[in-house]
Amino acid sequence: MDYLLTDEQKMVRDLARKIAEEKIKPVAAKYDQSEEYPWDMIKIIADAGLFGLFIPEEFGGMGTNVLNLCIATEELSRACAGIAVCYAASALGTFPILLFGNEEQKKKYLPSLASGKKIAAFGITEPEAGSDASAIKTTAKKQGDYYILNGLKHFITNGGDAQIYVVIAMTDKSKGARGASAFIVEKDTPGFTFGKKEEKLGIRASSTRELIFTDCKIPTENLLSREGMGFIVTMKTFDMSRPGVAAQALGIAQGAMEVAVKYSKERQQFGKSVSSFQGIQWMLADMATQVEAARALVYACAREIDAGVKDVGKDSAIAKLYASDAAMKVTTDAVQILGGYGYMKDYPAEKFMRDAKITQIYEGTNQIQRNIIALQLIKEMAK
Amino acid sequence: MNIIICIKQVPETTEVKINPETNTLIREGVKSIINPFDMYAIEEGVRLKEKFGGKATVITMGPPQAESALREALSLGCDEAILICDRAFAGSDTWATSYTLSGAIKRIGQFDLILCGKQASDGDTAQVGPGISTHLNIPQVTYVKKIEEVKEGSLRVERMMEEGFEIIETPLPALLTVVKEINEPRLPSLKGMMRAKQAKIPVWTQKELDLDQQKIGLCGSPTQVVKIFTPPPRTGGQMLAGETEDVVGKLVELLKTEIS
Repeated sequence: MDYLLTDEQKMVRDLARKIAEEKIKPVAAKYDQSEEYPWDMIKIIADAGLFGLFIPEEFGGMGTNVLNLCIATEELSRACAGIAVCYAASALGTFPILLFGNEEQKKKYLPSLASGKKIAAFGITEPEAGSDASAIKTTAKKQGDYYILNGLKHFITNGGDAQIYVVIAMTDKSKGARGASAFIVEKDTPGFTFGKKEEKLGIRASSTRELIFTDCKIPTENLLSREGMGFIVTMKTFDMSRPGVAAQALGIAQGAMEVAVKYSKERQQFGKSVSSFQGIQWMLADMATQVEAARALVYACAREIDAGVKDVGKDSAIAKLYASDAAMKVTTDAVQILGGYGYMKDYPAEKFMRDAKITQIYEGTNQIQRNIIALQLIKEMAK
Repeated sequence: MNIIICIKQVPETTEVKINPETNTLIREGVKSIINPFDMYAIEEGVRLKEKFGGKATVITMGPPQAESALREALSLGCDEAILICDRAFAGSDTWATSYTLSGAIKRIGQFDLILCGKQASDGDTAQVGPGISTHLNIPQVTYVKKIEEVKEGSLRVERMMEEGFEIIETPLPALLTVVKEINEPRLPSLKGMMRAKQAKIPVWTQKELDLDQQKIGLCGSPTQVVKIFTPPPRTGGQMLAGETEDVVGKLVELLKTEIS
């Protein structure tokens, strides 16, 4: 399907695809197995200028938009979602600064994030605060020119490897969700340490760690926006980044479909290629339909954001929900088409399936996405 | 350091089709790329420029579509590009090509170093680089695998040999042809691609270069291509197995009978 991309968007796609094909594909299985952080791939992505895609030129970025970010994420995910997530999670950590940072904060942090010299992470999830973000226990107490952070964040993508973190902590517990605030925390700040690195089912090239704050002193100028804005910062950030998760899912689905089509043409059974059997053909047709529908949603949603449409919460939830469910279905069917080989690590199908699962879970489980969609839908219909 | 990089656009496929009448390459319908060996020349030129300052200018002689190869070179960090293109240059062999390129280089003027890939993947002659240096009367070092040291007015390089390498020092300006061991070419950057897309690439024709008519194009090409063909694939050889003494005996016997 032709999405009538501009020359610039095609350029981003071609460049990200080149990186994916030539650099990432050959090392995807290696990083999946070793769970090492793919610094060499991060450098390649950084040198290409992709970290700065959505950051304004005045802060060292390319000054383009969320659609370009989605296109790049999709292409990188086609080769390895784990490596792509390292890239996308940095964008997730960058958005709050871009959206809510003051001029000084933007000047201080955005250029090094745009160049990829530093990478970012976003920390909201806690052991007892997953989908229920209002249950956050990490606190930030103001003391003179500082906030003192105490608490624990977990399942933080890029945790331990990122140099710049945006962390949500409660400045006033009595206010519930309205008592949360967002802070920029630099790695190596005294009192800021990391817990164990999680071993994961998929996206294993990316790192996931706990962030531990023990009387961690943060200068007050690192507060994003003002006190009590933590949840607004989070929700607006997720609205921007959710199409990115959908783009990951889309890339995974596209990659798995390509593997399935190629294999089904090569695999001979009963004297002919298995792609000549209708049972396989219909699975491939369903894959193509779901991939294309997911792409249409992701691009449409990204275009809405870029056009400045105000409330994209429902639409980005729809894109994330659909693309991630499609990725799970397509990758599972890809494993099925490859049969026994699909189950083996010698072929890339099983990795796509493992990588797909997380897209249904993180940045809001698909159940939470449905809540968002339903609530907004009911609200719209009541007007 | 001002560097000139000479590149060639070649068909991507290794199965090049040849026009049986003219014995020249059929380029239509085949995706074109920068000659893979020239990618190393581009990378080395850009690295030298980044390290020592100056300018990296990329040039190519070819049909109008060769402009896309120049744009790719710009996206990889070259500063300027010039397309040398004229019907009058068509049918050039390596001698006429190197004469024409040397004419363009003279027109560019001041330079310290010329870089070429060791050979083109379509013609495989490895003659154009040395030809340019001959026409310009400057030193050449072929098969360079490392630039060891850049000094004021000279270079020390490692030249790849069949076994080991030579260390050669050459005064500048000089021409180097490089092998793939010299570096790992980078991928383009988005900024580079955007710059390349907007860049204006001048086209130099015979009018600008004003070269000797007798030395350009088909009539300036002493090479006579009599026939181009794909050699028949080798048939499997005969394996002699057994004890060394027996095998040697058999081999000697076979050599005698086969040769006679």
